[in-house]
Amino acid sequence: MSAVPISWFLTLSAVLFALGVAGFLFRRSIITVFMSIELMLNAVNLSFVTFAYKYQQVSGHLFTFFVMVVAAAEAAVGLAIILTVFKNRATLNIDEVASMKD
Amino acid sequence: MDVVLFLIFALIAVVAAINVVVQTHPIASAVSLIGVMGSLAVLYLLLGAEFIAAAQVIVYAGAVMVLFIFVIMLLNAGAEGKTGRSLMAQFLGAPLLVAFLGVLAYFVQRLFPDSSKVRFGGFTGGSAQAVGRALFTTYLLPFEVTSLLILIAILGAIVLGRKELD
Amino acid sequence: MDAFIIITIIKLLAIAFVLLTAVAYLQWVERKVIAHIQVRPGPYRVGPHGLLQPLADVIKLVTKEGLFPSYVNRPLYLFAPFIAVCMALLPISVIPFGPQIEVAGYKTYMQLTDLNIGILFLLAASSMGVYGIALAGWASNNKYALLGGLRSSAQMISYELPLALAIASPLLVSNTLSLRELVGTQAGSILHWNIIRGGQIFAFIIFVIAAFAETNRIPFDLPEAENELVAGFHTEYSSMKFASFFMAEYLNMTTVSALAALLFLGGWEAPWPAAYGSNLVPTAIFALAGLVLLYHAANPPHKLDRYTFGGFGVVFLVIAAVFLAPIVQSWLLPLFWFLAKTGAILFLFIWIRGTLPRFRYDQLMGFAWKFLFPVAMLNLLVTGFVVAWVS
Repeated sequence: MSAVPISWFLTLSAVLFALGVAGFLFRRSIITVFMSIELMLNAVNLSFVTFAYKYQQVSGHLFTFFVMVVAAAEAAVGLAIILTVFKNRATLNIDEVASMKD
Repeated sequence: MDVVLFLIFALIAVVAAINVVVQTHPIASAVSLIGVMGSLAVLYLLLGAEFIAAAQVIVYAGAVMVLFIFVIMLLNAGAEGKTGRSLMAQFLGAPLLVAFLGVLAYFVQRLFPDSSKVRFGGFTGGSAQAVGRALFTTYLLPFEVTSLLILIAILGAIVLGRKELD
Repeated sequence: MDAFIIITIIKLLAIAFVLLTAVAYLQWVERKVIAHIQVRPGPYRVGPHGLLQPLADVIKLVTKEGLFPSYVNRPLYLFAPFIAVCMALLPISVIPFGPQIEVAGYKTYMQLTDLNIGILFLLAASSMGVYGIALAGWASNNKYALLGGLRSSAQMISYELPLALAIASPLLVSNTLSLRELVGTQAGSILHWNIIRGGQIFAFIIFVIAAFAETNRIPFDLPEAENELVAGFHTEYSSMKFASFFMAEYLNMTTVSALAALLFLGGWEAPWPAAYGSNLVPTAIFALAGLVLLYHAANPPHKLDRYTFGGFGVVFLVIAAVFLAPIVQSWLLPLFWFLAKTGAILFLFIWIRGTLPRFRYDQLMGFAWKFLFPVAMLNLLVTGFVVAWVS
């Protein structure tokens, strides 16, 4: 009774991932798109840690650690790019920086 | 007890994640994302991943999200404007998403039958010693490569963020 | 199981009550010490020698009109002081005050909970404390508050790095993350403390400097300086919400002092073993204080002081006698040493506040990134080499 089935954790991970994808596809502000990407990465981290529990190995935790490190590096560079784009275009709406289309 | 804890924090995580996607002002999304990360840290503790839980709060919620909030404050990002999207897409989108997630949940349940359960204390190999040992023996090469990656990211951020020289 | 819950609740209430009173009286101590540094009496009207001043301040802050400006971002405005106080109170739950004691047949630790990632929990709580300030600055919708909030958060996250590295060095020497075991490895005499035997004197200095910056104290308090930024990030806050930030700052100060005592100064261990008479030190100190007070009560500077000095003198002599009773020595002595060391570092905080001017913001940030962080890394490297060499 006081134990949680593994499939619940994996379902939660899938729900968070789907919400991240929805945010990524439907939001127009670049910062919110970035935050949806971070949400997706967190969902994947939950999956990794769940499987580390299932197979009783610590490798899942190591993968989570690397995902966190890469996410931090990506956030730093991505936010610097956003700052540069904002300096040049004065907008945070990704529809308005589509001047190279067509 | 574990079920109650899981349900509470999973509910908080899902509600906060929906809030991230739905809120118009980026700062509200950022604060909700911090809530998601906090509740995920508690779920990691339930899964016996104590070092990863601490790293999640220190690195992700305590540094990466502070960076996001800084950028939102510096750019004075305002609330998003309304976009002209068709009413049909808005009405069909949410139910379709729920249906998709229901199908996914069903398949996950079938793949992992109830025999494997998570109990607090069921996995004791997630301590800092175990993670450190694995990090410096089996995973030494990825560790060194990620430190190089961080160095490249630092250089990139500095170059992109500096003032223009004329 | 029931005994565990009851004991934990008793410990929780005791620690919460003592802590909140101590934070209020810490403010009294600070005002008195800074006053005497500046050769003036400090608060001495409210109660004997100003001892009821914290009570007067609490009454004032609680009954003041809680201004609620209309232009602030309401949810974040209310959320920020809450976060600041929460994250300041959380680390107290993992700080050990003494060894294992036995109360009416139940063995318990003098600590609310002993996590095996204790130090990481502390670092996590202090990382989250940045949000209280950043969100307060943003929500106030006021350019001074925003600037103060941004500067303060940037300062706090910049100094978290040397702080974490300075914490990591004694952890390498002690080989554990749990706060209770840290003190266990420093048992013995002053020669076993991490600051001397572990050679962590530089780590101690770096830790103290980074702690000053983390808690926004002088010389690093530009973000809340009165003559620079009105009042920094808490400009728009009044009454209880301001009191929350105020309390959070003193709680943070107490936490980092306790952490310094645990990491570097041997926690609750006495400087020399009990066999050589270290058990008599608290008795001697309190007896001396009592006798000095009684002497001054005999020829008092003010007429009322005859009674207040006399009363306190008798109280101190009674405390000195209590320290001699063997039944309380097992838990009172370690508590005394722990509080003495924490108090010494808090006195250092207050002393430096009264003495040094403040840094300019670019000097502050340059100091963190160009000097303190490389030195902390070098310290960690050298410590790692020495530990690997010795073992």
